[in-house]
Amino acid sequence: MAEWVLKPMKQVTIASRASQARKAHDALMPEVAAAGYSGDSQFAIRLALDEALANAMFHGNGGDPTKNVLVEYEVNNESVYIKIQDEGHGFNPKIIPDPTLEENLCKPNGRGIMLMKAYMSKVSFDDMGRCVTLIKNRNCKRPVASYPTQQD
Amino acid sequence: MTDTESRLTIIEDGPISSVRFLDQNILEENSIQKIGAEILQLIDQAINPKLLMDFQNVEHLSSAALGTLITINNRIKEKGGQLRLVNINPQIYEVFAITKLDKLFKIYEDSDKACASFS
Repeated sequence: MAEWVLKPMKQVTIASRASQARKAHDALMPEVAAAGYSGDSQFAIRLALDEALANAMFHGNGGDPTKNVLVEYEVNNESVYIKIQDEGHGFNPKIIPDPTLEENLCKPNGRGIMLMKAYMSKVSFDDMGRCVTLIKNRNCKRPVASYPTQQD
Repeated sequence: MTDTESRLTIIEDGPISSVRFLDQNILEENSIQKIGAEILQLIDQAINPKLLMDFQNVEHLSSAALGTLITINNRIKEKGGQLRLVNINPQIYEVFAITKLDKLFKIYEDSDKACASFS
């Protein structure tokens, strides 16, 4: 972790439009591949990145193309670190219902955060939900086919 | 790709409509909405829709795409129809398993088994 704090991270700023997510993919994913992360890890990182970007652009920034999303990232031999910041009003990630409960299975929304948690080694929210940090360790055993709790 | 261009191949075979995705990645909000609208229109035109969705080309999908699949499943149920999903690769299948949507959807290895399962 100290390495990330000391070293300035790479940055991509994108407008809140679906088509802009590609800019973040194009910046980050080739570095992940070049660093030798497995196909499953690349799938996991891309999935979590997409979910976090969609949350930031459409829930955080409300799809307002004048509001930006800042993506900061660092890829090294041990881990991939991604921090995504939006300009919205924030939210409380602890009150998102478990989408895997029987009563929620037919609801079309609410799976993004659980997918991020299932596929990444660590997911944390700061700045009242406006900032999410995703970490994927190279030796990460996830995904696991169960809902990760807040304690994970 | 233009806004009016379909991102699906649709084949009508008797009572069964087969839908195949042209895109490897079903991620972007706009294209997901467009795919959803096209399939919902197909369902609304049928009396007891029998829909087979083929994921052979699909390598990535988002939770928004899962949401659209759920909306499609809900609409088919309202119309007394049946939905089958086929040719889902192991990585995508894992997304269904983690979200427990493998319990909600009827998923088959291939089209023959899925077609045979329609009543």
